Order: sequence, then C-alpha cells, then structure tokens
Amino acid sequence: MGKLTIGCFSSLVGSLSLDFSVKLAEAAIKKGHTVDYWMSGNATMLSKKGQKAFKDYSHLAKTVQELLATGKFQITACEACAVARGYHKEDTMEGVQTHSMDWYLASTFDADRVLHIGGD
Amino acid sequence: MATKKLLFVARSLPYKTEASRLALTHAISSQSVEIYLKDGDLVEGTIAFIGDGVMNCLKNQQAMKHYGITSIEGHMKNTLLLDMKVMICKEDLDRFGIKEDALLMDAEDIGGETNAQIVPYSEIQKEMESVDHLLFC
Repeated sequence: MGKLTIGCFSSLVGSLSLDFSVKLAEAAIKKGHTVDYWMSGNATMLSKKGQKAFKDYSHLAKTVQELLATGKFQITACEACAVARGYHKEDTMEGVQTHSMDWYLASTFDADRVLHIGGD
Repeated sequence: MATKKLLFVARSLPYKTEASRLALTHAISSQSVEIYLKDGDLVEGTIAFIGDGVMNCLKNQQAMKHYGITSIEGHMKNTLLLDMKVMICKEDLDRFGIKEDALLMDAEDIGGETNAQIVPYSEIQKEMESVDHLLFC
C-alpha cells in the first residue's frame, strides 16, 4: 500500500475543491493507503472546531473525524495561515495538528503521490 | 541519502488570491525541511511562473503602501538569496508585453548571487518532467 500526500489551499464552503480532496483521501484510505493531508491558506478553515452541518453548505468535520479514527490519516494545518485567520490551538478540531510549511514538504519526501490543489 | 525535487508552478495573479505567495513561501520552506527528515535526505524546491503568474515577477511592487503587507517581490528576492531556481515563461511575458527590465531578476541588493531565468515554456516542461512532484498554485 502507498502513501498519498494531499495539499490544499481552497476554503471550506467557499470552494468544493476542499470537498474533492477530502473525498479523495477517504477513497485512498478505503483502499488501504495512508494519507497525509496539508491545509494552507483558506483551507485552514477546515481545522476549526465547532463546524455545524447545514444542508446548503459543505460539512467535512465528520468525515475528517472518521478518517482520523482509521489511524491512516494525518491532517495538519499551516500554523501561520491559521493564526492569521484567528484559528488558534484552542479553536482547532481534535486530532488536527499545526505545523509550519516544511512539515508538508517533508511529507512529500516519502509520498508515492502528491496531489496539490493550489487555487481558491 | 536522497533528494526529492518539487516544482511549484505559479500561475495565479499576485494579490488577487494568496496562491502565488503560498507557492513562494512553501518553496522557501524547503530550506528547513531537514528537521523532519533523516540525515542527508533533502527536499529541493524550484519555482516556475507561467500564464498570469508571470505578473508576480514585476519589480517595484507597492504592496506595503497599498495593502499594508509584504510584497511578493520580497519573497521572490528571498528565493534568489537562497539560490533557488526561479524560471519565468518567455512566451507568457511576450504575450503581456513585459520586458526583462520590468522584472525582478536578482537579489543583489540583499546579497543574492542567483538570477531568475527567462526561459521558453519547453524548458519549464522539461523541468516538470524531471522533478518528483509538481505543485500547481
């Protein structure tokens, strides 16, 4: 089985690119792969705890928690990007890590595939 | 001991979104990635500007004056100061009518010794084919 590293800049709710990348992570894990997931820029919104599910908006928090429970999924937010948006450690969803950008680049080192969604 | 090569391809306009700035800051972070890796392992970042992304390379940006934030130009200078490879697509510059003298090509004022390179797209394509991972921003 392989390792997939996914990086995303796109925001929760404002863009469905984030939904796509989380669903891709879910599909990879179901196939037995491991996934490192990196959030930068507006994507750090996904790290925020207290997200409420409305049918008109994307709701990814539940999926993230389910993926974390598999033990095959690591999810990390860019600390500077998050703090700049007012998402501090105490605002972060359980299981989500925060690091600087070099964590992401280090994750690509032993990744079999890297998928980077660098738009809004 | 191994080196993994990453190419960040910046195709977004500066300041309209954060993407091109993040391309630069992520590429720069390759300089401190060793703390997470085994001794001797490295990640090498390169950056290429294509399409609208070539606008990021214009010099005399006034981001601090107008937006109160650091300029993309400052990040460009940091990449050159760190001797990172910076490529700018010639065809896209021609399309916008941008001449070399309008671009930030070096970081000599802060002690940099590496210059940005204006190259045909075919060279950027070759670089894309030679790296381990491509990251479009």
